[in-house]
Amino acid sequence: MSQRQVLQGVISLLRPLLLDVVPTIQQTAALALGRLAYFNDDLAEAVVKEDILPQLVCSLSEQNRFYKKAAAFVLRAVGKHSPQLAQAIVECGALEALVICLEDFDPGVKEGAAWALGYIARHNSELSQAVVDAGAVPLLVLCIQEPEIALKRIAASTLSDISKHSPELAQTVVDAGAIAYLAQMILNPDAKLKCQVLSALSQIAKHSVDLAELVVEAEIFPVVLTCMKDSDEYVKKNGATLIREIAKHSPELSQFIVNAGGVAAVIDCIGSCKGTVRLPGIMMLGYVAAHSENLSMAVIVSKGIPPLCTCLLEEHEDHIKAAAAWALGQIGRHTPEHARAVAETNVLGTLLSMYMDIRSSEDLQLKAKRALKNILQKCTYLPALEPLLHDAPPNIMKHIVGQFSKVLPHDSKARRLFVTSGGLKKVQEIKAEPGSLLQEYINTINNCYPEEVVRYYSPGYSEMLLERVENYQPVL
Amino acid sequence: MAALVRLETRLSRLREEYFLKNRSVDEDRKIVYKAAVKIQSWFRGCRVRAYLRYLNKMAISIQKWWRGYQSRRYFRKMIKTAYFIMKMNFYNEMAVRIQKRWRGYYVRKYTHNYYALKKYLEAISLNNEIVRNELQEYAEMNEKKKKKKDLEKKEKEKKYKARKMHYLLSTEQIAGIYNSPFRKFPDPMELLLRQSKPLSHRQQQPKSPFTYDLYDWPTCKRPPAFPTGEPLPPIGRQKPQGPFRDAAEVLRQRYKPLEPTLRVAASISSPLEKAREEMKREEWRKCIHDNEFLPFSSYHKNEKYELSIHASEKIGKETYGIKHFREVQPNKWIAGKV
Repeated sequence: MSQRQVLQGVISLLRPLLLDVVPTIQQTAALALGRLAYFNDDLAEAVVKEDILPQLVCSLSEQNRFYKKAAAFVLRAVGKHSPQLAQAIVECGALEALVICLEDFDPGVKEGAAWALGYIARHNSELSQAVVDAGAVPLLVLCIQEPEIALKRIAASTLSDISKHSPELAQTVVDAGAIAYLAQMILNPDAKLKCQVLSALSQIAKHSVDLAELVVEAEIFPVVLTCMKDSDEYVKKNGATLIREIAKHSPELSQFIVNAGGVAAVIDCIGSCKGTVRLPGIMMLGYVAAHSENLSMAVIVSKGIPPLCTCLLEEHEDHIKAAAAWALGQIGRHTPEHARAVAETNVLGTLLSMYMDIRSSEDLQLKAKRALKNILQKCTYLPALEPLLHDAPPNIMKHIVGQFSKVLPHDSKARRLFVTSGGLKKVQEIKAEPGSLLQEYINTINNCYPEEVVRYYSPGYSEMLLERVENYQPVL
Repeated sequence: MAALVRLETRLSRLREEYFLKNRSVDEDRKIVYKAAVKIQSWFRGCRVRAYLRYLNKMAISIQKWWRGYQSRRYFRKMIKTAYFIMKMNFYNEMAVRIQKRWRGYYVRKYTHNYYALKKYLEAISLNNEIVRNELQEYAEMNEKKKKKKDLEKKEKEKKYKARKMHYLLSTEQIAGIYNSPFRKFPDPMELLLRQSKPLSHRQQQPKSPFTYDLYDWPTCKRPPAFPTGEPLPPIGRQKPQGPFRDAAEVLRQRYKPLEPTLRVAASISSPLEKAREEMKREEWRKCIHDNEFLPFSSYHKNEKYELSIHASEKIGKETYGIKHFREVQPNKWIAGKV
């Protein structure tokens, strides 16, 4: 507590130094304030309370570029902590001054102003709207075209923060013509810039089909696919995010991405990364497969299922496993062909164990159960279904038995295999309420076999035989 | 006469008989009358009945005929509709057959074209392979570039170090630290030292190798450059016989860029003179007219008033071009032509 008071005392000491005659002292005082406010939100509040902000805003328009940079730094430091502080900054009229700084000649001043605007716009959509109303977006688009890499980076990140809140804000950014420049900058070799650019494009594309189509029309494919092979992990992640946001809107967009070879690139990316970086790629495969069965078949043909299975097995985080389970469910739910392709990789057992495991989170259990149900309802590949007979809980069991009851009446080889593998025995052991669906399925299966066989496998048959032996009167 | 006596005896009885006969006739008259009426009424009834029967028969006959006619009409209509329905059913069935074939064909060709789907999936696999190969190449290229950059950076650092420490070069008398007499051959650092030019005291700021390489992209219009090493020598080049230096070295020396000293690089005129010249040039550029501004009106006293063009010319049309064309000076002619 005392440290806080000491620091607040420091602020009241620094305040008169801001009005000093010597410009270097002013700049250094502003820099000190900025650094203090950056790391501690109490101090940031104190900066706001002591009415330092109006003073800074006034001098933003008058002083030289070093002071402007320091003042922009202070505004950024204060605005980063919470929406209330950012609101305080907006209320003292800082936005207009910052926007004027965006037109300055020195790239450092522009960078500081853009960064401050980005931190303010990050919190919520009202603040973003205030930033847009101050006329920042066209100037930011001009900043993006500047040659300095740091300025480009920050302008891209600010545009990304503005457009992420709502479709109208994203439309404003698009109307300023940002997409063309952002699309050109994907080719830049700097990794951090690529990250920001891809993030900006994905925030624009995520809101609606029209925005996604606009982004696609800027000819980002197939250049974006080279980002999936970048050495930096976050570039890969943001690239996968962008492709995901485009793919999720409509089947035509997914079709376009598949035709451009996007699925292969994303699959390779999933295979080469570990951890949260994989998540957008997994979700993208799920979205593409969810639209139609042709697209799902395209995903299967591009060898999409093995990486998803390894993901399910290797990852430690539950939400990534849940995403992988969901994606597998979307792939396998369309037709028996698809379900067979998924079941052949023996992933159904993993899904079942995940569903049954008490340690998995609720989300993971739910997704695993749904995926399992969707795949099982179409699966006719019996060798994959049999191991599941032994462990499944009743609600899954009825689907499995249902599938058996659909296939067995028509296929004699399968019937033989069912008996020899011990499936019939297991089915007899299942206790079902009479009249329920499960009982009907069991009856259908039992009707496929001659009565002696069914009786032979029903539980307690050996005891029954022994009883008959006991009660038998030998014929002498 | 006897008859008359007989009749006269009967005469007294005659009146009684006559009266009795009339009375019996009178008495019978009612009965007879009634009987007659009965008979007549019965007969009339018979006639009427016969007539009614006749009428009935006729009516029945008409109605029979009419009903037959109506039902025959109805029957014909029924047959027509039944025939029509049969025809329509037949047409429907034929139409269904055609539609069945057409729908099967259409769906198989356009909506769920199995072969097209197969081809599409094969094309996708091919495309994926191509994309994967290209991406692999791109990744390898990037890695090579990175490695090359790292190597170059290291080389540059080593060379810079060698230039800084050129004084460690070994001499005839004193072997340097990298050229120990106990070694079979000198250290590679020694060779570097031999090759390097000593670093001048002019503090040359070593340009960090990354400021221009990566940020050499003002508007990012160039695609990523492939790593170009040194150009390969021409094929089949035979080394010229004799004590010739290596051609590449010679070319390098011949086309070495000029490194002028500061004295040479600076222009002859000093900055002060340059600034003066610039000022003069500006004034020359800006100057609109040469007339000095003279402060007092007394300076303009002796100036002759210049008439404007309109006032100074003759009135009338210009004669040049109409009356005379070229300038002629007849007093200068040699021959006496008119």
